[in-house]
Amino acid sequence: MTTATTDRRAATRRWGLLGAAAAAWVGAYALNEVAWTWLYRTVFGLDLTAGWPSMLHFFCYDTIKITLLLTGIIFIVTVLRSFMSIERTRALLGGKREGIGNVLAASLGVVTPFCSCSAVPAFIGFVASGIPLGVTMSFLIASPLVNEVAIALLLGLFGIGPTLLYVGAGLVIAILAGMVIGRLHLEGQVEGFVYETRLRGQVVDSTADLTWDDRLAMGREEVASILRKIWPYLLVGIGLGAVIHGWAPADFFARYAGPDNPFGVLIAVAIGVPLYSNAAGVLPLVDALYAKGLPMGTLLAFMMATVALSLPEMILLRRVLKPRLITTFVGVTAVGIVAVGYLFNAIL
Amino acid sequence: MHIKILGSGCANCVNLEKATRQAVDELGLEATFEKVTDYADIATYGIMRTPGLVVDDEVVLSGRVPTAGQVKDLLAAH
Repeated sequence: MTTATTDRRAATRRWGLLGAAAAAWVGAYALNEVAWTWLYRTVFGLDLTAGWPSMLHFFCYDTIKITLLLTGIIFIVTVLRSFMSIERTRALLGGKREGIGNVLAASLGVVTPFCSCSAVPAFIGFVASGIPLGVTMSFLIASPLVNEVAIALLLGLFGIGPTLLYVGAGLVIAILAGMVIGRLHLEGQVEGFVYETRLRGQVVDSTADLTWDDRLAMGREEVASILRKIWPYLLVGIGLGAVIHGWAPADFFARYAGPDNPFGVLIAVAIGVPLYSNAAGVLPLVDALYAKGLPMGTLLAFMMATVALSLPEMILLRRVLKPRLITTFVGVTAVGIVAVGYLFNAIL
Repeated sequence: MHIKILGSGCANCVNLEKATRQAVDELGLEATFEKVTDYADIATYGIMRTPGLVVDDEVVLSGRVPTAGQVKDLLAAH
């Protein structure tokens, strides 16, 4: 057998398996709610409008639905992102001026694969290679703020409109916050060793020579690693969502944090920041609260505050940023999130 | 062979070290291990995503946790 034939067979097998997995995914997604309804109503004879059966039903089908959404979308996003790397991002940002640089940095922050453990080395790599501080901050803010787990869940739970609003708002916050930080000239608030670091050696772009098999394997690994990390948050989030869904009186939340409460967004952000969780834990709650009449802007602000401003990341960044710059970073980002919350509440 | 594991100590570098030690054992190599946790030192290797794997002062991988089999290929190619 020639190598070409072997390659062709391997390719057929690879895309065949992927196609079968995609078909299984679509089938499971389409049947999920119907199957649980059938099980509870027809097999167990339960009344699904009553409190606890409705809660149990919601919990089961929502758990499956969210797991499916996360699996599908994280896989696709990871495979697409394997074409982008932080090394390429830095090369693209090099020599860009503020303004254009901030817009580009925020956009690249959304598409570049990046985990919070790498926030510090990435920061050093950017600043030491001469990228302005404000542009670097636009990148660092956009990256966690516009998060693939949140995109996956928003798309599945709310549809394309709110998802685009979320991505757009995240970009605007990251661009403006980076520009403000750039204008404040806080370069002295970066630990000295960052500027003294000499980048040497050849930059390794670890994504340059990946094959399709590698990229698909990365997608599978990423799905497994994210699900392993977030399942407890997910179950707690869906559980709370189910309780709200089944039991909370319809006007309870609307009365205290609804469109008429001028402090709604502020309260949401103030609760969200210390409650550091991740999008997977927060979004099932957001979904249930939306159904109970909370406005979209307040909910988006709540979600952004929980994912973007996390204490563990601030502690990591303390290694390279002095307290005043960290405070400014948190302050500017929080103001941006609050502003987005009020803006969306006003226009939606 | 001198192997350095670059990373601040989060789960990724622990897993990278595990995979690398397994690969070294399976290949029957003589290797010394060193952990580089200082960010200034990590940066001098030009790495922006941890964990990083450095073999005899040459960066062979960064930004993801490979399987032991993948590390074996990398070490064999080195």
